[in-house]
Amino acid sequence: MKITRARLFAFAAATAFITSGHTAFADELSIMASGGAWQDAQRKAWFEPFSKETGIKIVEQEYLGDLGKVKAMVDTGNVPIDLVTVETATVLQGCDAGILERLDYSKIAPREKFIEGSALDCGVGLDAYGDILAYDPNVLKEAPTSVLDIFDTTKFPGKRAMRKFPAQNLEWALMADGVAPADVYEVLATPEGVDRAFKKLDTIKKDIVWWDAGAQPPQLLASKEVVMTTAWNGRIQNAIDKDGAPFKIVWNNQILEYDMIAIPKGAKSPDLAYKYLAYISQPEINAKLASYITYGPVRTDAASFVAPDALPKLPNAPDHMTAYLVADTEFWGDYGEDLVKRFNAWLAQ
Amino acid sequence: MSALEPTKLDRPRASRDWSAADSGTAKSVAAALRRADLGDRLRSLALAAPLLVLLALSFGIPIILLLSRAVYDPTIANALPQTSQALRGWNGTGLPDDAAFLALAADLRSNQAKGTAYELAKSLNARLPGARSQVLKTVRQLEAAERPPLEVMKAVPFWSAPSTWPVIESGTHSVTSFYLLSALDLRWNADGGIERVPPEQAIFVQVFMRTFFVAAAVTLATLILGFPLAYLIASVPKGLAAILIVAVLLPFWTSILVRTAAWTVLLQKFGLVNDLLLWLGVADDRLDLMYSRIGLIIAMTHIQLPFTLLPIYSVMRTIQPSQMKAAYSLGAKPFTAFRRVYLPQVFPGVMAGCLLTFILCLGYYITPALIGGASDQLISNFIASYVNVELNWEMAAALSFILLVFTLALFGIFARILGLDRLKLV
Repeated sequence: MKITRARLFAFAAATAFITSGHTAFADELSIMASGGAWQDAQRKAWFEPFSKETGIKIVEQEYLGDLGKVKAMVDTGNVPIDLVTVETATVLQGCDAGILERLDYSKIAPREKFIEGSALDCGVGLDAYGDILAYDPNVLKEAPTSVLDIFDTTKFPGKRAMRKFPAQNLEWALMADGVAPADVYEVLATPEGVDRAFKKLDTIKKDIVWWDAGAQPPQLLASKEVVMTTAWNGRIQNAIDKDGAPFKIVWNNQILEYDMIAIPKGAKSPDLAYKYLAYISQPEINAKLASYITYGPVRTDAASFVAPDALPKLPNAPDHMTAYLVADTEFWGDYGEDLVKRFNAWLAQ
Repeated sequence: MSALEPTKLDRPRASRDWSAADSGTAKSVAAALRRADLGDRLRSLALAAPLLVLLALSFGIPIILLLSRAVYDPTIANALPQTSQALRGWNGTGLPDDAAFLALAADLRSNQAKGTAYELAKSLNARLPGARSQVLKTVRQLEAAERPPLEVMKAVPFWSAPSTWPVIESGTHSVTSFYLLSALDLRWNADGGIERVPPEQAIFVQVFMRTFFVAAAVTLATLILGFPLAYLIASVPKGLAAILIVAVLLPFWTSILVRTAAWTVLLQKFGLVNDLLLWLGVADDRLDLMYSRIGLIIAMTHIQLPFTLLPIYSVMRTIQPSQMKAAYSLGAKPFTAFRRVYLPQVFPGVMAGCLLTFILCLGYYITPALIGGASDQLISNFIASYVNVELNWEMAAALSFILLVFTLALFGIFARILGLDRLKLV
């Protein structure tokens, strides 16, 4: 390609336009979310209706969900985003590290209207998702009845996939070893409890394939690399609904977690950010996401607004709440770093 | 290299020599020579200055700043000024006196007032697992002020545990060896000596060894594949050579992520490679090529092949076929001719290619994450995890520092053995 002067000018003008674009409009809200089917759902359920209603333009960005990027923005004092979606475990970390704003709930919604654990100091819940077990009934002749069946290699031989992260796996290991769900975090807080969990994981270690990204579990099932896998329920449901995959979800002993949204320290338009948080925290709006991806609302009074056909697929649908555990963010805030290190050492051995 | 031949550059210097000699003593000759040399050097430095400044600003300084985090962590010292003062006279064994407890209580309260209690808790937690919740709990109780501060402090068993105060004491020094030692699976013990961490926590030494092993294996594999291929490309007619070079380069122009993803398609359990092996009857059952060391080495070898091959090829191209013929005509057997005439000339290219591949392999990150199993993660995966996920940049800096030192040491050894001027890149 020949670079002509006209072309160079066009390029320079385009660059200038792009770089100035962020400050050109006063009412602009920049949201960074972790992409994929989940961000698409947020766009349809929340971004677009919000823009229509308020005239505030939403600029979307994507990231991998790792707070390192946000930390770098805050540390250098150049924060081009006003809102960022985070996992519950990372909200606490970001809060402690001083990179997320402590929220003023008087500008959002009454805090007691949220499901317990979904309205934190630095992050407000967006939706509830389940860590579940998924399998392909064409491969497994006998259906697993609980997530804990992943530890039963005699009844269900073959490779199984788990997330390469201590959270959830250690909890399931203890429950499979006979600890009551209510006592899991108490036991896991002791060195003996941690040893016990790792010992249980040892029994299936050679059969485990580890996944990192949420898109991997459906792929691992589809390629028959594994006979069963732990997963986030929305990703599996997405494969079933959109790709026609024959997978089945096992809800028994699921672990419930919340997706969060937070304001990074030094955000340029915190007022608009609060406006958005208040908007999506209304019960009827909060319930709308479920129509686009099977993650449930976090307002206690939102269930009646969920579309009837979406309700049975949600992790916090009554049918799925017979045996479950709610992830303890405080616990992972305290012990996370140490357990991750121990887990990595265990993996490497 | 030919630009550095002595004749051209030395001529002006020689003429200056003459003029200096005319004017008088040998001393002034030497001085004039030095002046002239200095002028030359300054001129070339001035020419290179923009590049050097750019390098320093965009590369050198950020790296030094980041690596300095490995040894400089003032968070705890800044957060606990009174405690630092109170611990000055403490001998480091047993519990410090009540003054230290009171100082810590005062510091905790002032951190709560400034809103930095969480940051302090996190920083302490990195060195002393479980400290986070204890700090926050104590802060809350101190805030409530139902009891005198000393009683509150004594009531929380954590503050009277033997392991707590040495950690706090070491935290009050901004310059710390904690992270560098951790990166080598070492720690200070209670007697002030250095000891290995317990085996269930030891991890990094093993990962460093693994990283070097994988890098060496990939380097060897690319050499075994690349050397004959480079020879082939160098010896076939030009047109065919161009086609072969494009075949080598084509994957080189594809993103590393795409190539890695392509290998997952090929290597998976019901993938092409397994299908082929079964069909050929080589394997009885489907092999676990994905999430294994062997799969990782295969994929990395493919990605690194051009890096090893191109320097070798560029050297081979310069070797005249007539030299081998001359060796035969002088009575050398083919292998002798290869060993004594061909190999010594190709050697710099081989070393350059291998060095390039080896050092690049040390930093591999995406491929081990996607194709390697849990026990195939390399040191970069851990560095990335500390930077992005755990937000412990001090630990990431320490690991990077150790990796950099090892890499530079290897490079130094290599340069010593071969001499850097003999390196021939593309």
